[in-house]
Amino acid sequence: MAFTKRPDGRKFDEMRPMKAEVGVIPNADGSAMFAFGDTIAIAAVYGPKSLHPQHLQNPEKGIIRCVYDMLSFSVTERKRPGPSRRSSEISKVTEWALSPVIQLNQFPNTVVDIHIMILQANASTRCAGINAAALALAHAGLPMTEFVSAVSIGKVDDKIVVDVIKEEEDYKDGEGSTDIPVAMLSNSKKISLLQLDGKIAPERMKEVIEAAEKACEEIYKVQIEALKKIKEE
Amino acid sequence: MEISNLTKERIRKSLKENKRFDSRGLLEFRDIKVETGVSKNAEGSARVRIGNTDIIAGVKMNVAEPYPDSQDEGVMTTTVELLPLSSPEFEPGPPKIEAIELARIIDRGIRESGFIDFKKLCIKEGEKVWMIFIDIFSLNNDGNLLDAAGIAAVAALLSAKMPKYDEKEEKVKFGELTEKGIPLTDAVPFNLTFHKVGESIILDPKKEEEESSEGRLSVAFSNGKKLFINAMQKGNEKPLSKEEVMNIIEEGTKKFKELFKKVHK
Repeated sequence: MAFTKRPDGRKFDEMRPMKAEVGVIPNADGSAMFAFGDTIAIAAVYGPKSLHPQHLQNPEKGIIRCVYDMLSFSVTERKRPGPSRRSSEISKVTEWALSPVIQLNQFPNTVVDIHIMILQANASTRCAGINAAALALAHAGLPMTEFVSAVSIGKVDDKIVVDVIKEEEDYKDGEGSTDIPVAMLSNSKKISLLQLDGKIAPERMKEVIEAAEKACEEIYKVQIEALKKIKEE
Repeated sequence: MEISNLTKERIRKSLKENKRFDSRGLLEFRDIKVETGVSKNAEGSARVRIGNTDIIAGVKMNVAEPYPDSQDEGVMTTTVELLPLSSPEFEPGPPKIEAIELARIIDRGIRESGFIDFKKLCIKEGEKVWMIFIDIFSLNNDGNLLDAAGIAAVAALLSAKMPKYDEKEEKVKFGELTEKGIPLTDAVPFNLTFHKVGESIILDPKKEEEESSEGRLSVAFSNGKKLFINAMQKGNEKPLSKEEVMNIIEEGTKKFKELFKKVHK
């Protein structure tokens, strides 16, 4: 059967309802929550602080360290607590997605720690994590050249959809499912995260990037609204 | 030892003038040599050299329980070890993120291409399936281990023979191979990794070029009935513009066809 309707009734280019809130962890220098529907991520930023052991320090610029993980009960089948190969890879790509916008050259010899935790998962967790982390970095007052927003684009059967859910990720009929997380910078529109997992003809990638750009603009608006709220308080 | 900023600057400058230190074109590969059957006790094995980069991949098989979400399919795992003997910057100990990322990129390219016919690796639904281990070890790192690892993994799979299986004992007879190969399809996957060095985009970097690379994009293609992209991974800190990404995909499609003819005989 062809994929003609999304399981939750959304249009192909429609995001799930988004939620963003800044300042959810009082101890952190910056923190935020970001949700795509049932997928909820929180992020906390500590730093810039001095980096130990000393030989890891970079006298030219600060470094960032990112740790992504999921609560053991955030998924249907319990996830064994602690880091896995999957979470180490996501931590690294998240670091790469965020680092271009942070002006780390102002903080030599320091480290900025970013911790991301998924509280509840229904696909797109790394993107929700990046969105929360970008907010937390801004909340921490780190100088940023521009903002980062991330979305997972999917190709389900032959349809390009935005913000995929688990059911779409697991779609097996027709051409199956392809998952493409993308992070885009708010002004330069450069791509700082791009992964792909599935099966897609090269000529369809243009559609994917266009869908990602449009979705990231929507996400950026939600992020900015959340940041404006702290100013008012 | 990491190379100096001065050398990096020199590399970026000469690339801007379309020049490489070994006089190759920006998207030109070094010589690729593929040798199979290099480790006798493995079900399949291959050694791939790209210039001075040298990597070895082996396939071992065993019987295991299937995953709960795919009861009638075989299982595959890919590991990469960046051996300290292959480069001064690799240290002994548990795999670090570089090795984990490399293994996961190779794994996705092979898995998503449908190159391995996992359904045919089922022995008894829900109980016993074949498990394929692809283990990759670096022997000498002179850049572009990623693409070399992808070729080595595929060559090892193509050369592999299924081990004998004792149905009564329900055990693998280790050391005894059949004449049958692993069930594979014609969707042969390879990945190509493009690097952004300064303002230039290059393929197959030597070590010093790789160390000067600020952004990279790996694209895994497969060539079955149609050409598909099966996996992508953007790496390193520098972001890429939309045009750069689209260019890489276009050039990658051409290069893949060219490389495919060269490597897959």
